[in-house]
Order: sequence, then C-alpha cells, then structure tokens
Amino acid sequence: MKFAHLLAASSLALMAAAGAHAKTLVYCSEGSPEGFDPAPYTAGTTFDAASQAVYNQLVEFKPGTTEIAPALAESYEISDDGLEYTFHLRPGVKFHTTDFFTPTRELNADDVIFSFMRQGDESSPWHQYVAGITYEYYSGMEMPTVIKEIQKVDDLTVKFVLTRPEAPFLANLAMDFASILSKEYADKLEAENRKEDLNNAPVGTGPFKFVAYQKDAVIRYQAFDDYWAGREKIDDLIFAITPDPAVRMQKLQAGECHIMPYPAPADIEALKADPNLQVMEQPGLNVAYLAYNTTVAPFDNPNVRKALNMAMNKEAILEAVFQGTGQVAKNPIPPTMWSYNDAVEDTAFDPEAAKKLLEEAGVSDLSMEIWAMPVQRPYMPNARRTAELMQEDFAKIGVNVEIVSYEWGEYLKKSTDPSRKGAVILGWTGDNGDPDNFMGVLLGCSATGDGGANRAQWCNKEFDDLIQKAKVTADQAERIKLYEEAQLVFKRENPWATIAHSTVFMPMSKKVSGYVMNPLGKHGFSGVDIEE
Amino acid sequence: MIRFLLGKLAYLIPTFLGITIVAFGFVRLLPGDPVLLMAGERGITPERHAELSAQLGFDRPIWVQYLDFLGNLFQGDFGLSLTTKKPVLTEFLTLFPATVELGLVAVTLATLIGIPLGVFAAIKRGSWFDQISMGTALVGYSMPIFWWGLLLIIFFSGILKWTPVSGRIDLLYFFPNGTGFMLWDSLVSGQKGAFLSAVRHLILPAIVLATIPMAVIARQSRSAMLEVLGEDYVRTARAKGMSPFRVISVHALRNALIPVVTTIGLQVGVVMAGAILTETIFSWPGIGKWMIDSISRRDYPSVQGGLLLMAGVVMLVNLIVDLLYGVINPRIRHS
Amino acid sequence: MTDVTKSAPQGSETKRLLREFWFYFSENRGAVIGLCVFLALVLIAAFAPLLAPHSPTLQNRDALLVPPFWEQGGNPSFLLGTDAVGRDILSRLIFGARQSLFIGCVVVSIALTGGIILGLVAGFFGGWVDAVIMRVMDVILAFPSLLLALVMVAILGPGLTNAMIAIAIVLQPHFARLTRAAVMAEKNREYVMAARVAGAGRLRLMFRTILPNCLAPLIVQGTLSFSNAVLDAAALGFLGMGAQPPTPEWGTMLAEAREFILRAWWVVTFPGLAILITVLAINLVGDGLRDALDPKLKRS
Repeated sequence: MKFAHLLAASSLALMAAAGAHAKTLVYCSEGSPEGFDPAPYTAGTTFDAASQAVYNQLVEFKPGTTEIAPALAESYEISDDGLEYTFHLRPGVKFHTTDFFTPTRELNADDVIFSFMRQGDESSPWHQYVAGITYEYYSGMEMPTVIKEIQKVDDLTVKFVLTRPEAPFLANLAMDFASILSKEYADKLEAENRKEDLNNAPVGTGPFKFVAYQKDAVIRYQAFDDYWAGREKIDDLIFAITPDPAVRMQKLQAGECHIMPYPAPADIEALKADPNLQVMEQPGLNVAYLAYNTTVAPFDNPNVRKALNMAMNKEAILEAVFQGTGQVAKNPIPPTMWSYNDAVEDTAFDPEAAKKLLEEAGVSDLSMEIWAMPVQRPYMPNARRTAELMQEDFAKIGVNVEIVSYEWGEYLKKSTDPSRKGAVILGWTGDNGDPDNFMGVLLGCSATGDGGANRAQWCNKEFDDLIQKAKVTADQAERIKLYEEAQLVFKRENPWATIAHSTVFMPMSKKVSGYVMNPLGKHGFSGVDIEE
Repeated sequence: MIRFLLGKLAYLIPTFLGITIVAFGFVRLLPGDPVLLMAGERGITPERHAELSAQLGFDRPIWVQYLDFLGNLFQGDFGLSLTTKKPVLTEFLTLFPATVELGLVAVTLATLIGIPLGVFAAIKRGSWFDQISMGTALVGYSMPIFWWGLLLIIFFSGILKWTPVSGRIDLLYFFPNGTGFMLWDSLVSGQKGAFLSAVRHLILPAIVLATIPMAVIARQSRSAMLEVLGEDYVRTARAKGMSPFRVISVHALRNALIPVVTTIGLQVGVVMAGAILTETIFSWPGIGKWMIDSISRRDYPSVQGGLLLMAGVVMLVNLIVDLLYGVINPRIRHS
Repeated sequence: MTDVTKSAPQGSETKRLLREFWFYFSENRGAVIGLCVFLALVLIAAFAPLLAPHSPTLQNRDALLVPPFWEQGGNPSFLLGTDAVGRDILSRLIFGARQSLFIGCVVVSIALTGGIILGLVAGFFGGWVDAVIMRVMDVILAFPSLLLALVMVAILGPGLTNAMIAIAIVLQPHFARLTRAAVMAEKNREYVMAARVAGAGRLRLMFRTILPNCLAPLIVQGTLSFSNAVLDAAALGFLGMGAQPPTPEWGTMLAEAREFILRAWWVVTFPGLAILITVLAINLVGDGLRDALDPKLKRS
C-alpha cells in the first residue's frame, strides 16, 4: 500500500511538472519508421514520421481532401500542351535549425532539383547514398519516363519538362516521395562523409523539427518556430511506438497517449463508449475486390462473372468480416474520390437469377479456386473468412469453391501469373487521390501480364481508351466524364467482384482538437491543439 | 589456464563456423521473396525484379554469397537491413542495451531470490518452508511466461494501475546522449522521478523474465547445498562444535555455490529465449522483438545477423562462465 | 548395483525392479498427484467429444464474450464463457488437451529416437564421427531454443506439424548428449566387453546391451522434454507460428485472446491455466521419476 502511495504521489508531481512547461501531444504510432528519408520507402508509417511531420512538398493535398493546393510552390503554371510545369517557389521559406544543422539560406530551386534528381539521376552521388536503396514510388509513378528534365529558371522558379502529357503529374508531386529536402544539409553531410545521416536526422521545412529517435520506442519532434505557414499550437510532438493495437488502446485509455491509429475493429464499440475519448471515422480511400482471370475459361465470359457476382452476398461479408465498419463497393474507386459514378447500379444479390444466368452461359458443375491472402490489410481485415463466406454463397448456385492461400510474397507474385486459374481476393489503397491511381494501375491494359497489378488480366479496349484519354487530358471536368463512363464499362463487364471500402477510425482523447483525417491514410498533426 | 582456454577455443571455432552456416543457410531457406514484399500490391515486372535482386546480391551462386557473408563478418559487416537500409550491427547495437538491461535485472533478481530460497530450503529440509518454496519453484519452472506476463498486466496495469502498460520510461523524460541503459541514464540525469519511472516500467517485464531462471537457480541451489551438507568435511566441522551458522557460511555455502555459478551462466540462453516472449508482450524495444519483426518481414540480413549475434552472445557468456568456473574451482584447473 | 542386475534383467527380476521403482516413486506425494492429474488429462483428451458440451469450433454469433457462469451475465450452458466469436471456452480447452498431449508425445518420440541414434553412433564410433555429431549438437544448443524453433517454423511454414518438427530438433541434442555420455561410460565395462568377446554385433551391442543401461536418465530427460515441448508449442502458437486458428490449441487461444485482456479476463486466464496445470503435472512426475531412478539421490 505504501508503494502505491509513493507511486501516486510521484506521478502527480510529474504531471504538474509537465503542465508548467509545454503542450505535448503524444501519438501512439503503429510501428518504427524505416527511415526518415521518405523517398526510398513505401510504408505509411515512414511517411507519417518523415514527410508528414518534417517535410513539405511543392504542392500538397488540402487537409481532409485529395484536392491539390499550393505549398512550397506559391503558384504554378501548366503549358497548353501539358508538357511544361513551372513552379514559383514561396519566398522566405526556412529550413529547420537543429542541434545538428544550422541553415544559412532559405529554400531555393537547388533544393527542389536535388530532391528529385537524386532519385532519377543514377549518376548522382546521392542516388545510392546508402548502398542498396531504391526509389520505389519514383519508379512506380513512372517518373523516370515522364520527367524529361528539371530546369532552374531562377532561384525561385523551377520548370519540369515532361516527355508526354500526364494529368496525374501534379497529384504525384504532392506525394511523400516528392518531399523537398535541403541541398545545403546534403552538401554538408557529403563533405563530412556521413551521407547516411540524411536518412537518420532529417532537416526539412515542415511544421515539426526532428529532435530524437529511439528505434521501436519513441520519436520526438518540436514545433518549428519559423514554419512558413505559422507556428503550431502544440510545442512537442511525440510518437510513442506501440505496434500492438490492444496495447495502443490501453495506453490511450490510460492517458499515456492522446491519439492512436488503426484500432482493432472489435475494440471500436468500447472506444466509442469511453467517456474520455472521441472516435473520428472516415471512409478509407481503398477497395477490396475479387479478381477473376478474364483470360481463362469460363471466366472469359462476362456473364459467368456477372452470375458469380450476383451470387455473392456482400452485405453478409461486410457484417461478418468488416463488422459493419465499411460499405459495400460497387465501383473500383471509393466514393470519396472525385469522378466516383454514383449512377452505376450494382449487380443485385439474386442467387436464383445467378443460377439461371450460369445455365444460359452453358456452365455447369463449375469448380473454382478462390485465393485468400494470408495477411490483414487496411482494406481487408480477414480474407480467409471472406473466402469462406463466398464459398458458401457460390455453393448455393452449384459452384464448388476451393480456398487456397500462399505466403504473402508468393501470393503477390503468383496472383499476377497470366495463366492463373483462381479468382484472387486483393485490394488497393490510393497513393495520390487520382482516379488513374486505381483504374489505370489496376485495370489498364499496360498492367496486364506477369508482374503487373491487373490481376484480372482484363484488357478491354473501350475501357482502356477511356482511361488513357483521361490520363492525358488536362481539363478536370472532361476527365470526370471519361472516368464516369469507364466505371459503367467496368460494371457491365464485371472483371472483378467489388467487395467493400473499409472505414478508417481514429480514436483520440477529448482534449485533442483540430485533428483532420487524411483520406490517403497518412497521419499529420499540423493544426492540432490539446487542452491541458 | 592458457591451455584450458586454447582447448576451449578449439571447440568454439568449429562451433562458430557451424553457427554461421546455420544462420546463413536458414535464412536462404526462408520462403518468400523480399523483393516481392517490397513491391506489394502494385506488382513488379520480371525485369525490375531481376534488377532489384541483382542489386541486393540475391542472384549470385549460394556459396559465393556465403563466402562473401563470411568475409564481411570478419570486418564486422553484417549487411544492411532490407527494411531500414541501415547496418544490421547498428540496429542490433541500438536495441541490445534494452535487452541487456532487462536480462541483467532479471538474472540478478533470480539469483538474489533463488539462491537464498534454495539454500534455506536445503538447511530446513522437509520443513514447510522447504515444501512451499520448492513447490513455488516448480510452479515457476512450469510457467508459460507469456501468459504470466499477461496476468501481471491485467492485475497491476489494468486493475491496480500501479504500472504502465508498456515502454521503458515515462515519455516526459528524455536523455539525448543516453547509454541506452535506462536505469543508469535516469539515475545520472538527475531528473526528478526519472529513476522511479524507469523502475516502474522495468519491474513487470523483469519479474516475468526472471521467473524460470529463479526457479532453476532455487532448485539447483537446494540440491547442491544438500549434497555439500552430506559431505564429510561439513560433518567433521559440525562434530568439532563449529556453530551451524559458521559451518554453513564458511564451508558449505562456498562449495555449494560452485555448480550454481554454472547454472546461472546457462540461464543466459534461457533469458534470451524468454526475452523474445517478454519483449513481445510488453512492447519492450529490444532484440527479441526485433527478431520477431524481422522474421515476419523477411528481412534476410537482419534475421541472419540477429541469429548470429545472439548465438555469439550465448557462446561468449558460456565461455566466461567456464573460465570463472575454472578459477573458483581448483579441481578443474589442476586436472 | 552389480553387473548382474545390469545385464538384461528378465522375468521376476524386471518385476522386482518395477516394484522397487514404484515404492520410491509413490513415496513422493507430489509425483503421485502429478501422475493422477496427467492421467486425468489423458482421459479428458481421449473422451473429448463426449465430455465437451459444444463443438470447439462452433461460433455462436449471439453469444460473444459471455463471461463464466458465476459472473454477472454468465450463461450456464457456457460454463467458462465464450470467446470473441462465440465459441465455448470449456469445449475448446477440452479439445486443446488433445493437441497438447499429442504435441508432447510426437515431439518426445522424434527427439528421443533421433537423439538416441545420434548419441549411440557418436559414442560408439568415436573419432571424427563423434566430433562432427557433437559439434552439430553444440551448434544447435548455441542458439536460444525458442528463437531457433521460430526461424525453423518460419522456413517450414507456420502450422502444428512444422512446429513439432522444429521443437523436436531443438530438444534432441540433450538426448544425444546423454546417450553419448552413457555409452562412453558403459563402453568399456566388463559386461560389454564380455558381450563383444561372445561375438555380439555392433548394432546388437548398441541397442540390446548398452542402451537398456542408460535408460534411466533418458526417461527423466524425456519427461522434461515433454513439458518443454508443451510450453514451446504453446509459445509458438502464441507468436502465431504454431497451430493455426481455429485449432483449439491453448497457445493459439491465448494469442487470439490478447486483445481482450482488459475486457474479458476469462479468455486469457483459462487457456494459460490449462497450460500451467499440464506442465506442472508432467514436471511433478518428472521429479518423481528422477528421484526414483537416480540411485545416488535414493540413498541420501
């Protein structure tokens, strides 16, 4: 008992001490960042810790939306042929002054060129500043073939020259890999022969400056006093790295942290019931789907695919697998994305009609494989259970399903094999909020074949023409029209069964205000305040 | 002494080579291709796959990779982690202090409680104290520690709210140039309440990790003590009218503790294995948890380096214990 | 003990030894209790389908996380409550006994067989064969056992079978070392020499003459390994690398229950308790066996 008193007394003292000094926001993050240079990595965890806190991009997504807004570039112009993007940099943007670096100049064109060319130029000494690093997003977004050159017009003007018109280009520049680093800092590191520190101790222009990182334990940031968009309301930002969702929840409830991502779906009720907490939620920018192989009989027949889709009880899947935390998908893009075609009518759940359609297509005694991924993803909490439900549904129309699974890496690879027999459960989370990032990447003709992301191997001329045209069209209204039409073609042809869009939850203390959920699934704390 | 050491080394070198083969071979056998995992849902073209594999050196013949690996080892190069692109050795060393701190506290706790428990049980052989303490030891020895940890969390963190749920120290405290040993850092920092906070965070994981070694040490101390108490020289000392306390402290204890030292040394392996579970339960940022994460991420170089370094540590500690044993037990040295 | 009793005891001699063994074993109260508990577990495992009130995998969707019957909101048809998907915990525990005993038996059989063969070969042939085998055993022992098992399971793929193989490999050096030591000690004894002179073949010598005389430590090590196997398999299950859901394995049950520790204590408490009781019972028996079989301790 004495021990307990002692502890209680000491923690009170601590709280008093903390209150007097600084406003601290503690975020229970889900894992350690891979590094602090966002360009070589692909994990959201890394982006939260690096680009969201420390860096800015030329253009950024407006908080809470996927719309593009000026950031480090005050304004920009796009030439009429769509081949030249000219950015006018914001004057007077300061880089962080930290224990390990004191900048002598403000942001200029050199920083922008450095940030991109180290990724694109293989002869740059910074291309391989750590042996074995690769720039997956830079190449994934086809930057090497799209960017012809980057010109410095003057100190505050940069011009990107493209090889072809590319409508999503601007959205790509708002992505994390396009963060702007300090060339001055890089030069200093190079001179001191410790280039790898670019990835350990970041210097950016962002709302928070990096203070310290202990792997698997904690990351510390401080509000940047000279932030170009105004100093943050909180003084300190702490990432308490807590991989286990149950532990995150306990820490949140115990007041050891103020905000946490990725609660376990089963815990959401309890979190909502807690009087000290609020739970924000938002439809995720994602889709879960079942992709048929449209080049293999009988799935090459659109009516067979349609029949199977009609036999699938998506509501039941939503209930049992997503525990209601999501919505049934009818389009390949989520409803929060621009150009979502709400006029599309989903294939109705109707086992009887499905049976008939199957008979008309001359298919009987159909046996098929359904592939269930072995891991949990943000868009799919439990693929195995989903597959079991589909198995039951399909059995009702006389289709015999065998569920198969592979180790995750194997699964990703084997599912791209053009001669694959089974239908694959998989999904996608948007990178940049552009519809091409879903329809082009996942359903375009160029993504078919071995290793491509078009797991349905679906190459439909009509659909592909529409999305190709949309990709090179600069006019937004025109693009919307093209994508809306493409969604109609998609639904008519049914290369996938669209399963669901999951909901993203963000539980936090009621003391936290000003947090805006990011539709792209990132976690940034600019603009957040905490009541003491 | 030198001959003893050389003899030991003659055993250790082939064993160490065997360990490198196991660590290297196992990791090559792991199913799943890290390049594919890096690519994710986006997929990867066969050309890009080949390019990346070549960049990471996975396309060379296996024996070339092994020799390369061995060569690099002798230069202290354990390769780069595939996830963080940082040297595996650096990663290991940043996390190692957390595990060492936890392990040392656990072993100390186990020794400080285990030895007196065993010794008194032996002295009072057959008494209720003996029965209860040995019963407890057997329960401890049979304990699934991952469950034990959860129970302690439920009770002390959940119900009583005495201890925090996870972490190493309250986030208020921060030691910029710390050694990584939180107890030490918090003590020398002079920040008010820091040390207490570190202790509060450490106490449950340490108890969990100490459970099995404590039981083993208590049982071993008891039987060693019993054996010594039956020896002629103790009986003689007793017969000569020495006080029981002197008999035990001067003659019996000293000799009984010799085998116990070996037992304590052998617990290092147990503690390492236990650390994997304990660190997982308490989200303790040490190498046990790092290994689990690395395995599930197919981070080849990290798993490989981690296996090697952990086995190396176990071997090293066993060697030290052997030497120590030689020092305190003259019979070994002379024979 | 004389060499006469050591060489191939027969008929009444075996009976006498057994009686003597039982005399010492039954003197140890703990060991007898352990044995009773263990036998009860065997019975529970054998008659699991009869004893369990529900199917271990049936999900009662309208009875999620029901507390045990004595708690508020409990339901007498689920005596120990239900888990997150409405499965009866008692039934799962009962079926889990099968898993654990099965794991123990299989692991000990594999480890014992492998270890004895390697130990006999090493001890009997000596020379480089011995050196190679024992170095390989050293290598295995140099790794923390759970870590090695974990990596092996990662290689073979998660699952109960692979977990058992991995644990057996990790445990088998102990048997090999014991057997080898015994063989080395016995090899030059008179009765072995006598058998050799009488023209006994090497295999016969190894298996019929020497092996029976080093059984005692092997039996003790066997029980120890049994409890280790149960613990390690549960640990692997807990880390997601052992038996896969929905198998009612105790460690796997704990892993699934982790997220509920502060809300539903019963899903966490009971599977762990089952593991503890099982391992404790086996260890009690092991202690009893050691005391009864070890002549040195017997005399003191």
